[in-house]
Formats: sequence, structure tokens, C-alpha cells
Amino acid sequence: MDQQRRILLKSTLAASATTMAISAGLLTPKAVLAAWNTAAFNAKDVDAALTSAYDSTALTDSNKIKLKAPDVAENGASVTITVDSKLDKTEAISILVKNNAQPLTATFKFGAKTEGFITTNIKMGKSSDVIAVVKANGKLYTTKQQVKVTIGGCGG
Amino acid sequence: MATSSTIQVRSSVKKGVATIKCLVSHPMETGMRKDKKGKLIPAKFIQNLSCEHAGNVVLDAELNGSVSTNPYIKFKFSGATKGDTIKVSWVDNKGDKDSVEVEIPTKRRRK
Repeated sequence: MDQQRRILLKSTLAASATTMAISAGLLTPKAVLAAWNTAAFNAKDVDAALTSAYDSTALTDSNKIKLKAPDVAENGASVTITVDSKLDKTEAISILVKNNAQPLTATFKFGAKTEGFITTNIKMGKSSDVIAVVKANGKLYTTKQQVKVTIGGCGG
Repeated sequence: MATSSTIQVRSSVKKGVATIKCLVSHPMETGMRKDKKGKLIPAKFIQNLSCEHAGNVVLDAELNGSVSTNPYIKFKFSGATKGDTIKVSWVDNKGDKDSVEVEIPTKRRRK
């Protein structure tokens, strides 16, 4: 009887220790990588990506955002995109490519002194709308431009 | 110019506004590309890239595999002066990382 009690106690302790180790293990990668919104980046369409990234798909068109992209991109592997937001309190800018397998390409979060400006190079699989989403003062604003791609840049 | 780092930074200050240009050497594989034998090339891309100035994070970028090979990022922030140190670092989905600290040059670079 006593022997069995011992075994039960031991196994229970071991099990709880394992659970703790697993939960600790699950938490570590998040602490190491600041944050990478897996659900948003793996989303297959624009709305799903926005819901995961910003908890909202309510976008307001704004002419205070300038999206500079080429009308025709010869090489889809490197398309230069510039987003310039003149909105007050711009907190973050996301770049989405509607027709890419995973539309959300990048999210840039800004510090208090950072201006609402970003230039980067992205890949485009085929001709698509490029959508800039700007989070300013807690609300989402957007503008978009169509880019025609001659040669796709996502392999395949 | 150090060549061992994967990160190249060009910076300048004009009227208190710093312009930072970063170029990172990285394959940025999406995980959707196939090699000649038709096998998928495993994903390897930078997920987080950040830039710090005077202990403040001025840019915190989350990137997907659809950012170009050898990512280029240009951004601006205010409150900087020449000679300030800025730190740029990245981490990719495989856990590889690199960082570099550079001073904003006091003299304009000759072209």
C-alpha cells in the first residue's frame, strides 16, 4: 500500500514538472523574438491578415498617405515601395500585396520620434494592388496602388 | 567599413532629422520556392528587425518572406545629432541573428 502511494506521488510530481517545462519552453521563443505575428503573416487574404494584425478591417481611405510604387515593375523580385504618412501620431505602417500567397509583407512599428516614413523592397508574385495600411491615433487608414509585374518574383 | 557584418548602415542628419538606410545580406527564402529537383527550399527569412537610438527603439519591423532578398529599409526619426550611436539588429525564423552599432558620421560622405 505504502509503496503504491509513493509511486503515485512520484509520477504526479514528474508529470507536473514536465508540464511546467513545456509551458516554459513555449514562452521562451516569444521572449527571444520580440514578437512575430504568425497568424497575420500566414493569413491567405487581406482581411484575415488585418484581423490578426490589428483586430479590425475597418479602413478609412486617406489622401494623407502617399504610396510610391512603380506602375510597372519589370522584376517582381524587388519592387521598391515607399509609404509616407502625414497623419498625426502614425504608430505603424503595414504593406500588403493583395495577390501574393501571403498578403502581409511587413509591419513597421514606430517609436515616438520616428516619422511616418518607410522605404523597402518587396517581392511580388504577379500584378496586384499594393496596399498601405497606416495606424494613426488608434485608427486604421489606407491607400493603394496597382503595380503590374512583368516577371514574378516568388519563384515557382 | 567593416565587411564582416551582414548589416550595412548609411546615416545622416539634417535639421535634427536622421535618415537611416539599412541593407542586410540575407537570402529571404519564402519556403515556397523549389530547387531544380522540384524540392521546396526551406524558409529562411528575417522576422524581426529593430533599430535603437539612445536606448529608445525607433523602428520595430516585422517582416515576412515576401520582403526582397537582401532587404533594404529606409526610415527617418527626429531628435538625433551627428556622432550619435544607432544600433540595428535582426533575427530570422531559424534563430540566426546579427547586430551592428554605427555612429552617425559627422562629415558628409564623399560620393
